[in-house]
Amino acid sequence: MTWESFLPVAIVLSSMIPGLIIFWIPEKQSQWRTGVNLLGAVVKLVFIAIVMAGVWRGDTEYEARLSLLPDLDLVLRADGLGLLFVVLSGTLWLVTTIYAIGYLEHSHSRSRFFAFFSLCVSATMGIALAGNLFTFLIFYELLTICTYPLVIHNGTDEAMGGGRTYLAYTLTGGVALLVGVVWLSVIAGPVEFTDGGALGHVEGHVTALTVIFALFMIGTGVKAAIFPMHGWLPRAMVAPAPVSALLHAVAVVKAGAFGVSRIVIDVYGVDLAQSLNLLLPLLIAACTTVIVGSVLAVFQDDLKRRLAYSTVSQVSYVVMGVAIFGPIGAAGGLLHLVHQGVMKITLFFGAGAFAETLGVKKVSQMNGIGSRMPWTMAAFTVGALGMIGVPPVAGFISKWYLGTGAIAADVDWVVLVLLGSSLLNAIYFLPILYRAWFLPQIDEWPHEEPGPANWMLVAPPVVTAVAALLLGVFASADFSLLSWVELIIEREYMP
Amino acid sequence: MILESEIWLALVVLLPLAGAILTFMAPRYAPQIGTVSGVIVFGAVVALTLAVVESDATRLTVGGWGAPLGIDLVADGLSTLMLLMTAVVGLAITAYAVGYFGESSAHKRAYFWPLWLFLWASMNALFLSGDVFNLYVTLELLSLAAVALTALVGQPAAVQAAMRYMLVGLAGSLMYLMGVAFLYAEIGVLDIMALASVSEATPPVFVSAALITAGLMMKTALFPLHFWLPPAHANAAAPVSALLSALVVKGSFYILLRLWLTVFAPLGDTFAPYVLSALGIGAIIWGSIQALRQPSIKLLVAYSTVAQLGYLFLLIPLLMDDGADRQAVLSGIVYFMIAHAMAKSAAFLSAGNILHALGNDRITSIIGMSRKMPLTITAFALAGISLVALPPSAGFIAKWLLLNEAIDGGQWLLVVVIIAGGLLAAGYVMRVVGPAFRQVADDQLAVANPVVPASMAWSALGLAILAIVLGFTGVYLLDVLDIGVVILTGGEA
Amino acid sequence: MIDLDTGTFYMLVGTVLFGIGFYGLIAYPHLLRKILAMNIMGIGVFMIFIAAAYGSGEGDPDPVPHALVITGIVVAVCATGLALSLAVQVQALTGSPKLDADKE
Repeated sequence: MTWESFLPVAIVLSSMIPGLIIFWIPEKQSQWRTGVNLLGAVVKLVFIAIVMAGVWRGDTEYEARLSLLPDLDLVLRADGLGLLFVVLSGTLWLVTTIYAIGYLEHSHSRSRFFAFFSLCVSATMGIALAGNLFTFLIFYELLTICTYPLVIHNGTDEAMGGGRTYLAYTLTGGVALLVGVVWLSVIAGPVEFTDGGALGHVEGHVTALTVIFALFMIGTGVKAAIFPMHGWLPRAMVAPAPVSALLHAVAVVKAGAFGVSRIVIDVYGVDLAQSLNLLLPLLIAACTTVIVGSVLAVFQDDLKRRLAYSTVSQVSYVVMGVAIFGPIGAAGGLLHLVHQGVMKITLFFGAGAFAETLGVKKVSQMNGIGSRMPWTMAAFTVGALGMIGVPPVAGFISKWYLGTGAIAADVDWVVLVLLGSSLLNAIYFLPILYRAWFLPQIDEWPHEEPGPANWMLVAPPVVTAVAALLLGVFASADFSLLSWVELIIEREYMP
Repeated sequence: MILESEIWLALVVLLPLAGAILTFMAPRYAPQIGTVSGVIVFGAVVALTLAVVESDATRLTVGGWGAPLGIDLVADGLSTLMLLMTAVVGLAITAYAVGYFGESSAHKRAYFWPLWLFLWASMNALFLSGDVFNLYVTLELLSLAAVALTALVGQPAAVQAAMRYMLVGLAGSLMYLMGVAFLYAEIGVLDIMALASVSEATPPVFVSAALITAGLMMKTALFPLHFWLPPAHANAAAPVSALLSALVVKGSFYILLRLWLTVFAPLGDTFAPYVLSALGIGAIIWGSIQALRQPSIKLLVAYSTVAQLGYLFLLIPLLMDDGADRQAVLSGIVYFMIAHAMAKSAAFLSAGNILHALGNDRITSIIGMSRKMPLTITAFALAGISLVALPPSAGFIAKWLLLNEAIDGGQWLLVVVIIAGGLLAAGYVMRVVGPAFRQVADDQLAVANPVVPASMAWSALGLAILAIVLGFTGVYLLDVLDIGVVILTGGEA
Repeated sequence: MIDLDTGTFYMLVGTVLFGIGFYGLIAYPHLLRKILAMNIMGIGVFMIFIAAAYGSGEGDPDPVPHALVITGIVVAVCATGLALSLAVQVQALTGSPKLDADKE
């Protein structure tokens, strides 16, 4: 095994091996657990940095291959699009791990929790680095399996119910994906992800390709929570806050949105997808989800549920960007893949910290919380403003690209959707900010923990909020996220 | 080298037989002798596999007598894989039994070991038999050992289940033998390849195929002839349940597969393969629904076997279709047999652990047990992943192969059934895994400190891990399957 | 009167015996009857083998089926023995010579 083929494997293994070790660490040995966990997270970032440098230069192929069946390989390959997701998840994993250690200080079964958490991240890395549909499918299902124990971590009736719903949705989606992948490989042979599309050699099969595309969109759409397949996401909110962060920002929902991008861009290719008339239905589904998710969010009093519906809406921006035929819209979508992750994780960190420190779980209980937990609430505010699209927070940049992309692709009505959804975002976020900063506290906090808030709960949201600001402010700098996305678009759309 | 590989053919039958006799004569040392025999037999099967891989399919004419009166042992890729599957599961069950029967009465221990090794010997002989009459004898020996093992627990339910198993098994083997008699009357030979070279789609051959297939269906518990399986598999001792479900039913299915690929190949374009496929569909649906309704884990796992056996029959029409890639279909079916053997034995052994530690195997008793018996619950969950066919697992690879051929052959109904079966399996696996993850206070657990001997916990987990690992070894296993397996077409006969 | 040669006659009788045995196996709940029925089925099969050995009646009979029948009888005796001992156990444990599901 060469160094170049070792690296993508190492990125996956740097969380899988710690995960498998953590299963065996006794419950009370929290130092060991933390040490193994953080060591894995840091090592992973080092590997990621090395691979990124190579891909940026464009002179090295990072690829590992293992034959599972004749004509069927497990392929891990680092390319621009995959690394975008890898960097997002790898970084947020480190932050989330620190947060989770603080959050779960007194929880049961922490070894089990952190082990599965690490395995989830490995599965996500596999999804990001998958070099063909088969590999993607394997890690996609692995992610489903590893997330289940996290969703039901509390072990209550409600948690079990949420877990059942989660499995019912995701396994059904997985089945659709499986049939699609097998069917496509029957028609087209093994499908490797290729810049500009992998189906150039397939002639005819128009109906089959259309049905397979629909199966793919169901399969990935369930995880991406595209309306009407979003039902599991609010119910999965019973899980502890770090899991919500994982579901919404680091792994699951992102894996779905990433899958949509992969399939449109690297399997079908935008040109083929456009000529088969597949993009418009996808765009309509995405826009519907954006509006429906936002409308539903307005009516939630439970803070985490409001954020969950907000995710339903925001993740579809990614799908929207890919479905807009043209490079600018796609750039907006891919930017939002990262931006939404960073902003939404900030919001969930905040919500978790409110619940853990003060017992505040509802929007109506948040009056005056800004003066009690100023740092956390400040971070929360940055995230919320970013979601609305207020400059200079990162969210503005992605919405800007989506809008100009839509006009360039002659689908002007999408701009109306963007404006409408931003208005709705404002309707469900601004009252929270107003209550927190400008209204006085009404009552005692429901469950106030004595003493100052745990720094492990405060630092992570502040860090991610700062990141969301920096991503917006320095968007046009060299080596920024935007320039990375432009690199991807250049290679994918103009091969 | 040729000589050596022939020796191994005889040894994989003789060694477990010798072990059976020794454990019977020295019951006091049965666990020790049994363990050593298990390891030796496993080693012999590995040696045979290496020999076959090295020097192609081999045949041993026992005692130099030759056909028609002598016994010929034949090892090709298919029989080698079956032997290997049996050896791996067998070794794990041996390890498990040491712990399981360690505390039970001397009586059970004294009978388990000889019967188990005897069963292993007949199983190996069955996979190596080259003629249809020896297949009958080995099949019958296999049944007798299996029935006796089922009755071993001695409880009324188990003895009754064993009795029913006995009756169905005997009826099945007599039907098989009747078919052989017709075949002999028509063609006049017994050797499978000699039969295949002259067999044609004549009425007597069809009648014989019908009798043989019906008899083997009874023994394989294909829906709707599965009624005897759940009580027998659920009431037997855990290691026995595991070997009945994982191995014994595969013995009769192996014969079915072998004969349809050769002797009955000329009947490939009749309606018969479609009947088998339709019954397979029935098995998957009915078995899964029943598994969703059972109150106890062992019954649930037993009905899962009824369902999973359906998959073996599902693609028989494609296996017999000259237009399809028949080698690929066979690969899918064989991979499924192997995957199921690992996952199902792991599931039954885990269920046995639960029964052992909690005193019963009701689903309500395992609430909150994931904290208390993590190895066992992990084993069950991993086995479940393979049964549901989620990646990465052997079950996934098997289902991938089946699905590929079903789609390639345009059999959309089968695609739907394969998919629906997977989702139903997820449903019944979660009925066990879900409650185990529930969080309850210690005083609400069925048993506060359940104890499972290490050898039992680890052998279940070992098989479960194998069910996952075999998801990565497809290339090697299918290479073995390519060795000398004869697939005849109707026209060639 | 249909003209039957000896071989065909034995084959028919064997088939009928097999059928009678199979009917008995299914129809009678008493275990001893079931076991006897099974033996009748077996005898039916053996007669077919004998008929196959006779062939067309010309030349020497084929010795192979005789060897098969002898082996078959040995197996049948073993199986009957095990079946009988199980039936005794069922009677001893449940007080009835019938299986639970077959009782009225």
